[in-house]
Order: sequence, then C-alpha cells, then structure tokens
Amino acid sequence: MKAFLSLSRSLLVSNARDRTWLFFTVLFPLMFLLLFGVLFKGGSAAHSTVLQVGPVSVLDRMTPAQRAELGRSLTIKRDDNLSDALKQVRDGTDDGALQQTASGQLLLHFSAGDATRAATVQGLVDAVVQQANQDATGRPPAWTLTTAQVEDQSTKPIQYLTPGLLGWAIATSGTFSAALTLVAWRRKRILRRLRLAPVSLTAVVAAPTAVTLVVALVQTAVFLGVATLPYYGLRLTGDWWLAVPLVLSGSVCFMSIGLLAGSFAKTENAAQSVAQLIVLPMAFLSGSFFPLDFAPGWVQSVAQVMPLHHLSAAMQDVLSRGKGVDAALPTIGGLLALAVVLCAVSLRLFRWDDA
Amino acid sequence: MTTGDEDAAITADGLRKRYGAVQAVDGVSLTVRRGEFFGLLGPNGAGKTTTLEILEGLREPDEGAATLFGERPWPRNPRLLPRIGVQLQASAFFERLTAHEQLAAFASLYGVGARRAEEMLARVGLTEFAGTQAEKLSGGQAQRLSIACALVHEPELVFLDEPTTGLDPQARRNLWDLLREINADGRTVVLTTHYLDEAEILCDRVAVMDHGKVLRTGPPAALIRELDAPTRISVPSGALSAAEARAALGDDVEVVDDGVSLVLATREPAPVLALLGARGELHGLQVRGGTLEDVFLHLTGREFRE
Repeated sequence: MKAFLSLSRSLLVSNARDRTWLFFTVLFPLMFLLLFGVLFKGGSAAHSTVLQVGPVSVLDRMTPAQRAELGRSLTIKRDDNLSDALKQVRDGTDDGALQQTASGQLLLHFSAGDATRAATVQGLVDAVVQQANQDATGRPPAWTLTTAQVEDQSTKPIQYLTPGLLGWAIATSGTFSAALTLVAWRRKRILRRLRLAPVSLTAVVAAPTAVTLVVALVQTAVFLGVATLPYYGLRLTGDWWLAVPLVLSGSVCFMSIGLLAGSFAKTENAAQSVAQLIVLPMAFLSGSFFPLDFAPGWVQSVAQVMPLHHLSAAMQDVLSRGKGVDAALPTIGGLLALAVVLCAVSLRLFRWDDA
Repeated sequence: MTTGDEDAAITADGLRKRYGAVQAVDGVSLTVRRGEFFGLLGPNGAGKTTTLEILEGLREPDEGAATLFGERPWPRNPRLLPRIGVQLQASAFFERLTAHEQLAAFASLYGVGARRAEEMLARVGLTEFAGTQAEKLSGGQAQRLSIACALVHEPELVFLDEPTTGLDPQARRNLWDLLREINADGRTVVLTTHYLDEAEILCDRVAVMDHGKVLRTGPPAALIRELDAPTRISVPSGALSAAEARAALGDDVEVVDDGVSLVLATREPAPVLALLGARGELHGLQVRGGTLEDVFLHLTGREFRE
C-alpha cells in the first residue's frame, strides 16, 4: 500500500510538472468545449434577414402576432434606398431585399452566393406571400402543416457536445497516459528498477491506473462544471451520476488500448504518434465532435464498433436524455470486457526492457 | 540451494546466456566474499552487464546457477530484494522529480522513512541540489543520485554497473572516494567497469572477462605480479647512450632509445638502478611495473579495446 501511494504520488507530481501533458489532457479538450459551445450556441435553425425597400403591403398589413411568429425565422429590416439594399444583399450582409413594384408585383432580390441561404429566404418570403393570398380569400385553409422536432424541446448543441467531447478527452488521456508511462518507464529503466525493489506488480500496475482514473474524474467535473454554466446551459437530466461509472470504465478501456500501443512502441514519440493515430480518427468516426446523422452509412456502421462511440452515446443518454441504468450498464460491461481482452494481449507482449 | 561457503555473498556456477547468435555469457563461475569489493573487468561487449543482470535476478541463465547469500535470485526473490541495492547503467529516475523527491520515492518503496533521503543526499554530496530535477543534474551528480537511490535502504550487497562511464576525470575520482566509503561501511560491492585503472585502484579482486568468459580472477596486484612483466625504467635520452647501457648491463636488459627517452626493460631492476645511481643520472627517472592492461594483453593476445 505504501509503495502504491508512493508511486502514485511520484507519477502525479511528474505529470503535473509536464506542461505538454497538462495541455493535451486537460486544457485542449476543454478549449474545444468552450469553442464549440460558443460556435453552435445559436442552434442550427436557419435565420434570415430581409430588407424591406419602400412600402410592401403584405408586410405592412401583418398583425403584431403574425410579425412575432415570422420573427422566429425571418427578421425584416427597413432600408428605403434600393441600391444600398442591393449592395448589402450582394455582399452577404442580408439575405434578400423585397420591394413592391408599381403594378403591385412583389420582387425579391437575392444573392446566389450561398445556395442554402438563397433557398431559405425564397421559401420564407414565398410562405409569407402564400399566407397573405390565402388570407385574402377570406376562407379557412384547406390544408395546414404543423411540424414537430423529435428531440426533447430543450435539446441544445451543448447537450450533444458535452458527452462527445468528454468522451474524447477521456479517450485521449487514458490512451496517452498508459502508452507513455509504459514506454517511458521501460526506456528509463524504471520498470527494471522497480522489479529490483520489493514492490508488488499490483502496485506497479495500480498506481498509474489510479492516477489516470483520478484525472478522468477531474476532467469530468471540470467539463460538467463548465457545461452547466448558465452561458452554456447544459441541463443534467435523470441519472446523470451514471456518467461517473461510465467515465471510469471508459478510462480503463482506453488505458488498455494505450497499453497495447505502448507494447509495440519503442520510443515516447512513437507511442505518442500511435496513440494519436488511434484516438483522433476514432473520435471523428465515433461522432465526438459532430453528430453522425448525416454521415455516410459506412461511417455509421464503423461507429458501431468504436468503443468511444458507445461511451459518448451512453453518456449522452444519462446526461441529457434522461435515461438510466438500462442505458449505461451494457456500455460499461462492453468497455470493461474489451479492456480485459486488450490487457490480456498486452500482458503477452509485455517486456521489462528493450534488450 | 545453499552453499557450504557461509562467507559467500555471491556464487555463480557455469552461467551461460545466449541472445540469438550471440553467446553473451559463456560459462562464468565466480565467488564473491562478504565485504569484498569485487570488479568485473572487460571491454564493452565482454558480457559483464549480462553476468551482473543474472546475478541481480533480472535474467534467467540458460545454464548454470547463481546464489546471493545462499538464495536463488531467479525467479524474482522478494526475500533478497531488500538486501541488495542496484545502480543500473542508465539512471532510472522518475521524470521531472527533484533529487530529494526521487530519493524519498525510493525510500518509501523500500519501506524506509523519508528522513533517510536527506541523509543520503548529504552522504553523496548533493544536499545543495535537493530541489533540482534529476534531468538537470550533471553526469557525475546524476550518478551520485543513482548510487544514493541504490543505498537508501542500507543494502548488504551493492551492484554498480559502470558507475563512472562518461564522467570527467575529477568526477571519477570523487566517485571513487564515495565507492570506497560504501565498501568501508562493510557492504559487499560488485562493480563492472571497462576502466583498468579503476579496477586496479578500487577492487580487492577482479574477474577479467572477454567474449563471455572469465579469463582470470584474483587481486589486481597478484594478477600483475603473476604476469612477471618486465619493469620499465626510463631516463631522458642522452643521460646514457644505448650502446653504453648494453655494454654495462648485458643481454638481460632490453634497451630502446627513441630520441626522447632511454627505456630499459628488465626483470632485474636492481643492477640498472645501481648503474644509473652510480652515474648520477636519476633526474627524470620513471619506473613502471606491469598493469592490468598488460595482464589483459597477455591473457587475450591483443590490446584492450574500448
């Protein structure tokens, strides 16, 4: 026990003095969260602005209620100078300029520079005109369409980003710390030196593991702390405490991946490269940074075999989808099972030194 | 296995170890008595380190057996570990820990109080570097720290693998003083070195190794004496001509004058010194006996290579 504590303390001090390690395991993923959180904050709903040039009767005749309803997707601004308005449309400041010609025709100027924005603004203005036409008939509409989003009304990007980026952070620190510790201890002959000291092998394995688990818990606390700030607005739902066993089992799983990488790598640099080559593509293929809903089918299939995908999905379930133990247990079991297999392989490949 | 020899700290009997095509250790047998300062001497690649690793219990010999204090070091023997201290060829330090933290960590691995760390730092003269990270120590300081880590738990037997390699002459001499003190404490010290002068100065006994075999074992002075090498007496050229020397001393003395020094090599130095003394030509006189270098040359038929 004393040896375990001594080794853990030495490792923790050694890590804390390593600026690169601090940056990549703690700050780097947090920066992503802060940055992505800001970038996606407005939500993905398209919002357009249209300049009204001169009097436009369909807009002028709208009731305040209709205006507020329209304001959710379309902002109307007034600019009576046509050439000035066209310039703003041309350089992309606004999406369209609407004017009413002398013959009563409505004319919408738009820029084809951004196809999505062009289509959106045409659709929105067209809807406004159709609505006005329909109102003009004085009869109730024959068909109406209401839309409903399938996610919880409160789902925001932060509720997707937090579990995704946290999963990626756990994967990075787990894989890197195991691979680097193994290679550095082997290269610096610390493993060999420990073998000659009356220290149990359990302590030699348990100390780096414990340190990594503590780091993972700190990462989790920091992530959830930042994401639940009012500015980012993550709302924890249901059994969110299940994120703790998920993080721990995920960390163990990724340490076993790092252990395997460290078994092959001869130098610290090689270990770092191998770990990055595993974690970064896995993060993309697992949808850690953005949802895979629009990814090609093969990517979605590949994601199914990625431990990180399951970790992130299960964390999303317990953190923001209000799910419970049922959602977390299979993932915890799967992650630990994979860890057992990889540790067994690493044990076969284990060597005390390079000679 | 226990040996009849209660006095032995180490016994090795017919150790062999092969790495692929290389027979690194080829039948090494030796005994080290308690309290002895023993040297494994040989050029790089002679098999010293592998022999040491088998003795420490880091490697299993293909053939033969080793014992430390009557016990087998392989497989990993937890009863032996607290009794031995090991300094590895490359300094095994935890990254980014200070000298004091390294020692405190090793102390607690051996269940020794951290107070020992300060004592050991003082002992190896590193007190003022207690707060320096190990990576920033000089070569000599790092070796001292490494030795301190090996000694922190007061082992009876200390293994040192090429402790002075890569050090400047001053640092080597300082380290020699430390090593002599360690041995004077009553600890058995086993050291590998490829420096002949080091073995000659420090060791009670040496085993001269080459190509995985022990060529000769014994006290350095005895090995040199046994060699019966001629004593080489030199004086500055011009004190005595080569022809005069040959005429006066006869065929038993080999005379060479290279224009700088007149060198007289003989197994009977007395008549030569008497002659030089009688002629008042003792200024700049040098007398050199055999060295371990000569022993190695004699045993292997070639110069000691580094």
